[in-house]
Amino acid sequence: MVVDKATDEEADRLFHALADTTRRDILFRCIRGEPSVSQLAEAYPMSFAAVQKHVAVLERAGLISKQRHGRERLVHTDGDAVGRARQVLDELEQTWRGRVDRMADLLAPLSRHT
Amino acid sequence: MTVIGVEKDFDNLSLILTAEFDAPIERVWELWADPRQLERWWGPPTHPSTVEKHDLTVGGEVTYFMTDQDGEKSRGRWQVRSVNPPRSLEITDGFVDQDGLPSPGTPITEVQVRLTERDEGTRMELRFLFESPEHWELLERWGAFGVFPQSVSQMDVLLAEGAEAETTPPRSL
Repeated sequence: MVVDKATDEEADRLFHALADTTRRDILFRCIRGEPSVSQLAEAYPMSFAAVQKHVAVLERAGLISKQRHGRERLVHTDGDAVGRARQVLDELEQTWRGRVDRMADLLAPLSRHT
Repeated sequence: MTVIGVEKDFDNLSLILTAEFDAPIERVWELWADPRQLERWWGPPTHPSTVEKHDLTVGGEVTYFMTDQDGEKSRGRWQVRSVNPPRSLEITDGFVDQDGLPSPGTPITEVQVRLTERDEGTRMELRFLFESPEHWELLERWGAFGVFPQSVSQMDVLLAEGAEAETTPPRSL
């Protein structure tokens, strides 16, 4: 993995955040759903404060963010990363749907229309 | 309907697109194998494509450019990984610069084409995978670790190596 100087600090935070099993587990839970901090706290044999600290480390690394929802604080993953993957695949799909349509047009004179 | 299915896998950043044509398999294969036919479907009407080199053999290249309405050209290149007419083709497709070298920062797509006879027509399955290292780094840096579980296991290896060299271990929580 190549990391330039400008992102050294960013990378340190990221590596530190991911260097812990509990934090990785929290991250996966946040990818799968959008748990509240209290729900996360119930999932681990540790204090609410300890879980909150883990959440804060992940948050500083830019991996997750918290959003207030009524009385709860919901934790979700960086929408950009997931959104980017989605966008990349959506663009690819559109490009190739166009290509497949044009292929069908080229084949049309030889094929029976249904 | 030509396109009969689209499957997206966000975990592995891959896409499978399935289409069916009312045409014999050899005829569908020609769309890939004949450069003059290829250029009629590769680029959209706004960006007509011109195929220059077309060597559909293992290790061979197909080079093309697309011209936009201002006359601006963008160049691309396939590299052929496997070819088995009229049934399958595996290529990588990416942008190249004026000298034919890969353009940095642009994704390279791996495309696997599989044609099968079906009833009186042909089914075409296209599988796409991204493999540009820059693309992966970009996605990794933006925190998509959970989206790409395999990169997490790579991280574990890196972290295990780094742990020995670390002088001030992170404060445990």
